[in-house]
Amino acid sequence: MSEMIYQLQDLRVSFADLSRKPLLGAAPRVEVLKGLSFDIPKGEVLGIVGGSGSGKSTLGRALIRLIEPDTGSISFEGTDIAHMSEDKLRPLRRRFQMIFQDPMSSLNPRRRVRGIIAGPLSLQGFDNIPARVDEALDMVGLPREFAARYPHELSGGQRQRVGIARAIALKPDFILADEIVSGLDVSSQAQILNVLETLVRELGLTLAFISHDLSVIRRLCTRILVLYQGEIVENAMTPELFSNPKAPYTRTLLDAIPLPDPDQVWN
Amino acid sequence: MSYLSIRDLTVRLSNGLPLLRKVSLDVEAGEVRALVGESGAGKSMIGKAVLGILPRAARLTGGAILLDDEDLEALPPKERRRRIGAKVALIPQDPLTALNPSRRVGPQVTDRLVDILGWKREEAEARALELLNEVHIQSPERVIKSYPHELSGGMRQRILIASAFAAEPKLIIADEPTTALDVTVQKQILKLIREMQERHQTALLFVTHDLGVVSKISQSLTVLYAGKVIEETSVRSFFAGPKHPYSRALLAATPKYTDPDGSLMPVPENVISAVEQEVAAFDDQLNG
Amino acid sequence: MRDARGQIRRLPGLRLWLSGTWLLLLVLAAVFAPMISPHDPLEQDLFAARLPPFWEQGADPSYLLGTDSLGRDLLSRMLYGARLALTVALIAGTLTCLVGATLGLIAGFYRGWADLVISRLVDIWMAFPPVLFAILLIAVLGTGLTSIIIAIVVIDWTRFSRVVRAEAMSQGAMDYVASAQVAGRSRLGTALTEILPNVLPTIVALLTLEMGIAVIVEAILSFVNLSISTDQPTWGGMIAEGRTSIYQAWWVLVFPLFALFLTVLSFSQLGEGLKEHFDPVLR
Repeated sequence: MSEMIYQLQDLRVSFADLSRKPLLGAAPRVEVLKGLSFDIPKGEVLGIVGGSGSGKSTLGRALIRLIEPDTGSISFEGTDIAHMSEDKLRPLRRRFQMIFQDPMSSLNPRRRVRGIIAGPLSLQGFDNIPARVDEALDMVGLPREFAARYPHELSGGQRQRVGIARAIALKPDFILADEIVSGLDVSSQAQILNVLETLVRELGLTLAFISHDLSVIRRLCTRILVLYQGEIVENAMTPELFSNPKAPYTRTLLDAIPLPDPDQVWN
Repeated sequence: MSYLSIRDLTVRLSNGLPLLRKVSLDVEAGEVRALVGESGAGKSMIGKAVLGILPRAARLTGGAILLDDEDLEALPPKERRRRIGAKVALIPQDPLTALNPSRRVGPQVTDRLVDILGWKREEAEARALELLNEVHIQSPERVIKSYPHELSGGMRQRILIASAFAAEPKLIIADEPTTALDVTVQKQILKLIREMQERHQTALLFVTHDLGVVSKISQSLTVLYAGKVIEETSVRSFFAGPKHPYSRALLAATPKYTDPDGSLMPVPENVISAVEQEVAAFDDQLNG
Repeated sequence: MRDARGQIRRLPGLRLWLSGTWLLLLVLAAVFAPMISPHDPLEQDLFAARLPPFWEQGADPSYLLGTDSLGRDLLSRMLYGARLALTVALIAGTLTCLVGATLGLIAGFYRGWADLVISRLVDIWMAFPPVLFAILLIAVLGTGLTSIIIAIVVIDWTRFSRVVRAEAMSQGAMDYVASAQVAGRSRLGTALTEILPNVLPTIVALLTLEMGIAVIVEAILSFVNLSISTDQPTWGGMIAEGRTSIYQAWWVLVFPLFALFLTVLSFSQLGEGLKEHFDPVLR
C-alpha cells in the first residue's frame, strides 16, 4: 500500500440557499457534498468527473481549503486541515496549489506574467526568484520573453500555461486542476495535457484533475472518481472504469460522449 | 438546389483586416452542414452575416448571400429583415442569456408567430403548447407560465429549440448550442435537434468546435481557419481521412476515450505555418 | 491561432489632451492670479460699470471681458474665482475619495458585518436631499472654506463607497483573488495588491468626476451666498450677480457660467480619458 497524501473522512459541505431565504431567520442550507470518504495516494493522478451540480468543484476547493467544510476531516500528509485557521494554513499553502478553470480571471489583468509567477514565490519566502520564474516558464514550454507580457496579450492556451507555471514554481506536493482545458481549442488542449503529463512524470506530482470530459480524463489519470449529486458513485482505476463501469451513472456518462466517429450510434 | 448559398463572402474590420476571406458554402434544403474551426476562425461570423447581425466594427465588403435564390444584400434593409424573420431562425449558444429573464417563457416561444406572421395570441399559445410537447417537455402548461430562472439549462435550450422551429423556418443556424451544457444533456439536445430537423425538413447550419458533435449531427462539414475555407467535404469522407493537413491535425488533436493510447498531438508548428502561408498567399490575391 | 479581434484600437486620447489643457490653464491662472490679473478683483469703479467685452461697441480694452454692475473687472474676478474653485475641487475631491473608497473597499472585499453597517449607512445617507443637506451643514458649521470642504465630503462620500463596493465585490469573485489565497497572501495584502489596482481606474474616474461635482457644489453654495465671505470673488457669486442684470449685461452671467461648464466637463472627460489610458486591458 502506497503512502497517502490526502485522506478524507465523511466530508460534508453545504451552502446557504439565499433564493429561498425567509423574510426573517436564516436561509435554508443545501448540501453539496454528502459525506465523501476517499484517499489520494502519493504520485497518483486522480480524475474527478461529474456533471454540473455534482459538487466536483466544491470538492476540489475543499481539498485546498478555499472552502471550509461543515464536518468531516481532510488529512493532508497526516495533518487535519479541515478546520484549520487561515493563519495556520498559510505556511502549508505552498504545498497544495491550484490551476484554475478560467485563465483570464485567475491571472490578475494588471500584472505582467513575471509578477504573476513571482508574487507567490516572494510571499512564500523563496530566494533566486528571477531564476525560478525562468525555470517555471521553461517547464511549461513558454519563451522566457513572455515574462514581460500582460495576460490579455496571450492566447488562451498560453494563459493556461502561465497558470500552470505559477503553481509548479512553488514546488508543491499536490496540484488541483479544475476544468483547466474546458475553455480551450482542441489544439491548445492537447498541448496543455502533454505539458501536464510531462510535469507529473518529471516532478513526481500528485494531481487531482477535475473535468466533465472522460476522454481527457482517460488520457491523463490513473484513477477516477465519479461524482453524482454530491456523492461518490464510483471510484476505480482508469482501465477498470472504462472496461467495466459499475455505476449506472458512469455508463450514462460514457455513453453520452460524442466520439469523433460517424459509426458511433446513439440509441 | 441549395437553400442557402454563400458566395465569396468577405467580411472586414473597419481597419480593413479580413475576418472572412471569400467564404463559399451551400446548405441544401433539409441538409445539416457543420461549420468547424477553432476560436477566432470566424465560424460564428458567417451565421451573423447571414442573419444581418454583424458586430458594429465588422462590415460585409464582398460576395453574396443567396437565400432561396434571392440575393439578401440586394434587398433594402427592412425587406431583408422581413425575409430573414420569415425564413431563418437561430438557436443561440447560451441558454442562460438568450431568454429574457423578466418575461414568461410562453410568449417568448411564439414571439415570431405574432410579430412576423401576424398570428392571434390564442393561436400562438396553442402552438406554443404543441411545440413544447414536441421538444419533450413534461407538463408544458406549467412551463409556459414559468420564468426562465425557474428552469434548468437543458430545459431552456429545449425552449429555445422550440422557439426556433415555431415559425417553420426553412433554415436554422445553430451557434454552438450545446457548448454550455453537460455531456448527458448535450446528448439529449443533439438528438432533439436532429429529430426536429428531420421531422420539419429544415436546412441546418451547425456551428461547433467539437468534431465529436459534428459526427453526431451532420452530413457534411466545412472547416475554417482564419476566416478561410480549408476543407469542404462529407462527414463520412472527413472521418475516413481529412484531405487538408490542418484538418488532419485537428482530428488528431481531438481526444477519444475509446483510444487511450493514441497519443494526443497538438496541431504541429509546421502545419500551422503552412496554413498561415496559405492564408497569406490568399490575402495577396484578395487585396491585390 | 490568429485573432483579429485584438486589432480594434481605440481612438487616441484626444479628450485627455483637450480636458487636460483646459485644467492646466486653469491651474496656472489660479496660481498666478495676482500677477496676471489686469485689475484688482475687488476694486469698484462705478464710472466703468457694465462695460461690455472688448469686441462690443463701447468697450474699454483694459477690461478684456467687461465689468459688472459695480465696475469690477470680470476677467480678474474669474481668475481669482478659479482659486477657490480649484482649491475646493482638489481638497474636497481627494478627501471624499479617500473616505468613500476606503469604506467601499472594506465593505466590498471583507463583506460580513462591515458590509452590513456601511451599506445601511449609505442607504440612510442617500435618503437626504444632498443640496439641502449641504446648506443645513453650512448653517451649522458657519461659512468658510473648511465648512465647504467638510460639507462636500459629508454629502458625497457615498458616491464612492457604492461604486467601489460593487467593483470590489465583482473583483473579489474572480479567481485571481482565490489564487492569491492559495499562494498564502493575507486578506489585507490581497485587498491592497490584488483588488485595489483593479479598482483604481474606476476610483480615478470617480475622483475627477467628484472634483467637477465639488466645483458645482461650491458654485451652488456661493450662488446662495453660503460659501466664503461675500467680498471674495467666486464663480457662483458672479453667476448670482449676473442673473440680476442678464438683460443689461449678459457677459456678467455668461463668462463665469461658461468657465464653470468647461471646468466640470473637463474634469469628467479627464477621468474617462485617464481610465482608458491606464487600463492595460482597454488599451
